[in-house]
Amino acid sequence: MNWLFVVLGAAIGAPLRYLADRSVQKRHDTVFPWGTFTVNLSGCLVLGLLTGAATAGAASSQVQLFLGTGLCGALTTYSTFSYETLRLVEGGARFYAVANVAVSVVAGLGAVYMGVGVAEALWA
Amino acid sequence: MGAQSPRAVEEPTDPDVDLSMPAQWLDAVRGQGAVVAVVALGGAIGASARYGASLIWTTAPGSFPWTTLVVNAVGCAVIGVFMVLITEMWSVHRLVRPFFGTGVLGGFTTFSTYAVDIQKLVAGGEARTGLAYLALTLLTALAAVWTAVSLTRRAGARRYAGREKKSA
Repeated sequence: MNWLFVVLGAAIGAPLRYLADRSVQKRHDTVFPWGTFTVNLSGCLVLGLLTGAATAGAASSQVQLFLGTGLCGALTTYSTFSYETLRLVEGGARFYAVANVAVSVVAGLGAVYMGVGVAEALWA
Repeated sequence: MGAQSPRAVEEPTDPDVDLSMPAQWLDAVRGQGAVVAVVALGGAIGASARYGASLIWTTAPGSFPWTTLVVNAVGCAVIGVFMVLITEMWSVHRLVRPFFGTGVLGGFTTFSTYAVDIQKLVAGGEARTGLAYLALTLLTALAAVWTAVSLTRRAGARRYAGREKKSA
């Protein structure tokens, strides 16, 4: 039964990443991979919220498997993040490559802390 | 795309669809039904594999999250091989990349768990472990994708050179 929650969450999260990435990439004309950045940031925020909720006992293990392992896990990606970074280096955009790594990690962590903070305010 | 799509590689997109309009968003979703479906299927498979790995190789709270690190590194190595194969060597069906690249590998690897695990380690008083995990994941993932791309290109070049020799 646990697997079902992971499968369902991922079956929503992965297409969401695909559609969000397309939509974001169409709106600008830079080489910076804003699409992947956006989904990774969103996933970090939601998983931060969920982590805070779980700590406060407000999220059941099923909800955690569905939203966390499934949805947020599939919404966010490390493979595309690192591949796009490599492509930036190969394309001569070293500054953007370094910026992508730095901004993704810093903003991702910021989003997690914000999510945890909001969850603590709501449920603790 | 979720994006196995490096912007340097031209990708067939629908120039007539304006995704800033909600109605056209729906149209785009319908028009891309098959792509969305294989991304969902691939994502479910990838995420299940990641969940399975976390059940087999459990890591205790407060300890170094090796399982997620290895999952992410493996996903990065595989995407390196896969992208070189499908963009530089083979021509494949249009659903192969959304299914395997965007779906399976995107679902298998995770950025959110990576970030939350760092927060959990720091909150649990294991800031040094958290920092080491942050840096080691980045280094391993980038090294994995770079090595995989380089080795696949080299293997492909050798094969191509071999064919040239035979035909000469």
